[in-house]
Amino acid sequence: MRAVRVRLAPYLLSLPGWFWLGLFFLVPIIAVLSVSLQTGNPDTGYNLTWHFSEFGTVLSNYNGELVRSFLYGAISTLAAFVIAYPMAYWIAFHGGRHKSTYLFIILLPFFVSFVIRTLSWQFLLSDNGIVLGTLKNIGVLPQSTHVLSTPFAVIAGLTYNALPYMVLPLYVAIEKIDRRVVRAAGDLYASGAQAFARVILPLSSAGIFAGFLLVFVTNTGDYVNASILGGPGTTMVGNVIQNSYLSNQDYPTASALSSILMVLLLFVIWLYARVFGTEAVEEAVV
Amino acid sequence: MSTAEASVMAAPRERRRIQLGRFVLPVYTWLVILYTVIPIVLMIVYSFNQAPSGRLTFQWLGFTTQWYQQVFAIPDLTNSLVNSLIVAASSSVISAIIGTPLALALARYRYRGKNLTDGVIFTNIAAPSVVVGASLLSLFISLNVNRGLATIIIAHVTFNIAFVTIVVRARVVGLDRSIERAAYDLGASPWVAFQKVLLPLIMPGILAGMLLAFAMSIDDFIITSFVAGQTLTFPLWVYGAVKVGIPPQVFVMGTLIFLAGVVLALINVFLQRRSA
Repeated sequence: MRAVRVRLAPYLLSLPGWFWLGLFFLVPIIAVLSVSLQTGNPDTGYNLTWHFSEFGTVLSNYNGELVRSFLYGAISTLAAFVIAYPMAYWIAFHGGRHKSTYLFIILLPFFVSFVIRTLSWQFLLSDNGIVLGTLKNIGVLPQSTHVLSTPFAVIAGLTYNALPYMVLPLYVAIEKIDRRVVRAAGDLYASGAQAFARVILPLSSAGIFAGFLLVFVTNTGDYVNASILGGPGTTMVGNVIQNSYLSNQDYPTASALSSILMVLLLFVIWLYARVFGTEAVEEAVV
Repeated sequence: MSTAEASVMAAPRERRRIQLGRFVLPVYTWLVILYTVIPIVLMIVYSFNQAPSGRLTFQWLGFTTQWYQQVFAIPDLTNSLVNSLIVAASSSVISAIIGTPLALALARYRYRGKNLTDGVIFTNIAAPSVVVGASLLSLFISLNVNRGLATIIIAHVTFNIAFVTIVVRARVVGLDRSIERAAYDLGASPWVAFQKVLLPLIMPGILAGMLLAFAMSIDDFIITSFVAGQTLTFPLWVYGAVKVGIPPQVFVMGTLIFLAGVVLALINVFLQRRSA
């Protein structure tokens, strides 16, 4: 009796979670993937025709938005990584007693609403705002300079919002590195750069991958930065999905675009799980 | 090469590395920290700016605490904040109730389906918000569910379960199992052992998970925008006001939420430290 109970225990414990995530996460996602293979419209209903034609249509109609999203996603992820790594390294290796204080300060943006943060940047980057206005007044920049509505503003916003999500997994991974291994590299006559490139960087690869995964997927699918900081020329896939769903009720288009994002994500997760194992992924994330 | 020679050769290199650690990187770190806090400082400072038109402007027009006194002067905005608080509170409680047993199962047992569960939790965290929001919306549409506070809470529970599970699980994994075993040896039933021994031990983890869930919930914009219907939460209201101009009360509320979050997080750190 006891044995049966112990064997069933994990299943009973995970039952509510599976029920909820199954009903409100898995089923809807799978449904969306299947709607993208259906033809029809909201009035007459949809039939599952396994038409991949929707993907062809979407790819040709929103080719620009797709390329732009991946490009903005990739550039902002890389920028966040380049900004975050030296800092995560320094805090983990030289932060001393104040490690958690530094980390806490870097996570402060978490306590400000995402929309307000982005709005703050709109304030900062506006044509006659605090930064540009001042620089124009002292003559550093010509009066015609503007930053808002340009790709730069959108990528800057994406980079800023991604920073805490990038720093955290990097810090966790670098913190775990055994100092003796680094010292051993030095004892074996590795220069600082060599020790970094051949010991520290590879040993923090799980964190790098986790940071890239989280930030790239989030930023590629984002539409808030593009709407608040961007202009007509910076529309991203997220904007199209949101419009197709909420304004135009064009579900096949929205679903096909969602599917492309989701397939991309599943591919990256699969790759990560192959290399590092699923538990490593979760550890790196939180 | 003798060791003396080697150390002489290594000396300048050593010095360079130390300088990198002592000067360049700390300065760099503080610059990034500055970049991190600039928008937050801007929000706090401008919440004290005068705004005769009732809309925030880039110009500094003078210091006032007027907006703090009139923080609830815009009924719709206040309403949206109340909605956000209701959603955050209920979704963090529900996700703790669902996520805690899930965390126990994952931390304590090896069973078939464990890897799959891990995979689902991770996919849930990493999934693009637009996709999660869009797919939930189509579920609600096809089930003919009216969108409002209830659907927002359902959506928030869906993304919060994963966060609670991971935080609680980390706490359970770090526990000494012998304490629980002692309870069994002393004749405690599984329920009593859970209630009197395990639950108090993992409580800090559950609270930390709920805090994270609360923060994620009050901040969420993208998923909420899909499932909200006509109901507005605080981020939705602010986003809607961007085109017509932002009333200073938005920055006041943002500042108050920020301070509350920081205080709660510090209390949490303190509690975790004491119980560790």
